[in-house]
Amino acid sequence: MRRQRHERRAALGFLLPNLIGFGVFTAGPVLFSLVISISNWHLHRTVAFQWVALRNFVELLQDRDFWLYSINTAYLMLGIPFAIAGSLLLAIVLSQRLRGIVVYRTLFYLPTFTSGVALMLLWKALYNPEFGALNAVINWWLDSLHLNELVRALGGGGVSAPTWLLSTKNMLGLDVEQIRIIPGQWGLGARDALIIMGIWIAIGGNNMLLYLAGVSNIPPELVEAAQLDGAGRWAIFRNVTWPQLAPTTFFIVVMSFIGGLQGGFEQARVMTLGGPAGTTTTISYYIYTKAFEEFQIGYAAALSWVLFSAIFVITMINWRLGGKELHY
Amino acid sequence: MSAFPRERSGRHLAFSGWWYRRGRFTASHVLLVLMAVTMLVPFMWMVLASFKPLQEVEQLNPIPSVWRFENYPNVFEQVSFARYYFNSIFIAAWVTFLQCLTSAMAAYAFARLQWRGRDTVFRLYLATLMIPGVVLMIPNYTLMVKLHLLDSYLGLIVPASFSAFGTFLLRQFMLTIPSALDEAAAIDGASPWQIFWDVIMPLSRAGLVTLGIFTFLGNYGSFFWPLILIKSEHLRTLPIGMLYFDTVYGRQTNLIMAASVMNIIPLVILFVAAQRHIVRGVQLGAVKG
Repeated sequence: MRRQRHERRAALGFLLPNLIGFGVFTAGPVLFSLVISISNWHLHRTVAFQWVALRNFVELLQDRDFWLYSINTAYLMLGIPFAIAGSLLLAIVLSQRLRGIVVYRTLFYLPTFTSGVALMLLWKALYNPEFGALNAVINWWLDSLHLNELVRALGGGGVSAPTWLLSTKNMLGLDVEQIRIIPGQWGLGARDALIIMGIWIAIGGNNMLLYLAGVSNIPPELVEAAQLDGAGRWAIFRNVTWPQLAPTTFFIVVMSFIGGLQGGFEQARVMTLGGPAGTTTTISYYIYTKAFEEFQIGYAAALSWVLFSAIFVITMINWRLGGKELHY
Repeated sequence: MSAFPRERSGRHLAFSGWWYRRGRFTASHVLLVLMAVTMLVPFMWMVLASFKPLQEVEQLNPIPSVWRFENYPNVFEQVSFARYYFNSIFIAAWVTFLQCLTSAMAAYAFARLQWRGRDTVFRLYLATLMIPGVVLMIPNYTLMVKLHLLDSYLGLIVPASFSAFGTFLLRQFMLTIPSALDEAAAIDGASPWQIFWDVIMPLSRAGLVTLGIFTFLGNYGSFFWPLILIKSEHLRTLPIGMLYFDTVYGRQTNLIMAASVMNIIPLVILFVAAQRHIVRGVQLGAVKG
């Protein structure tokens, strides 16, 4: 076709800026990163440059820190189901109250919208164990309810407010040094603090907006039919709302996994510097420190490719498991 | 006929029947108010703390005993906060302009022009969205070193000026424009560029506004790239400036909070002004993942 040939040349012209941009800043770098990952490249050349084949990857498998930080990354992702469930609940509730929806939506979306360094500095101040507002409130409750006296009367050792970002404790009782669970670690620590902040930021954010759109797309006939059959609130949710929202949930879960696996960098850099004792160092923060603080570009590139592969594999598994859910 | 007549605009109120029967003060109402308060309290604390004298920040009284308005000018005295503001807005504005332009051009080629292999190329294009940013940071950093763009506006602007997401968003948008319009223009002898500029672009305004807002937001809050790229103080953007401000003056919580308030004020204004576009953009962007 003449028109096709004519338009092909035009299309090339329109695509040119983007093609160049992608070649230089995406496609090229991805391949280059793979090349870097088989070298021992040190940014300041304190070590002689060498091709090391797969040695970086071997080293990585034996790198205890890598495994500990993988666990940190997974631990921080434990907040995801709570954030998603919260978003769903909010969306369902909000979809019934159109009056004031703009005000509520604004309030709930505010943390997503302003998230970043400013919010993290705010939470860092709130979490401060000595001067922070959060512990001031907790201590005030502990005092006024005489909780400590109660616990001591029951033979306990007394309760004190968590030290939040300074504490290596966690809800699962994970050890700091080794991959195992020890009971003494049980409690609220830095990782839990970050999870709580993450839920606070995400709960009314993009996921809630997606659920809101999903709920408003449910045909009212389905709900009415269920009501005619005498279904209660829970039954309607279980048999109508939840299955109808399956595609939305699937999309949100896939995106949350992708985000969670490469997440945790900004909060680690701004709030904790990866501490205490490395408990808030995620894989992406580890890559940053390796590349831009220790200047081991080769090793960091290998790390980033392992992360990339993990994201790819987990996304594929999600598709396998969740893809079926979509055919209702 | 349904035994439970729909109230108000039925489509959105799919559940209204059984919910409203429970009366005004339902569990849902309580939950909404509770959540709204939880969202609001940290922000309120931030604003109030930014007006307090330092020794009062840690105390429980919510209202400052003396309103220290001078906390705000103090931030400008201690660090070049005005400079950070300018850098952030300047860079974000350029990135927004360039990204809208390059994305619109590519979207036009994908949505309105006929050429062999178009959909394959588009799918490949979308696949690049899966690449995590961390993978690109290291090679792009070494590239910037080679190009002598470390520590420069150009290094912050140029790599951010292309977006597969933006191309996707605008393509979805342009697909909804009736094809009769560009055919008519083509018959009148208009070149593809004229059709793009005079027909498609004006009709894509809503899509461009949505993309523009998201790009501006994303870049205004951008952290990783400026953190590794910028060394000189006068080139710092707001997030980087805030980070170092906290490192050096971290104990002055009232000033940090004043800076944080100033950081998010432009965002709040933008959100209130453009809420409709933002909500639609989030929902549109996820249609096809």
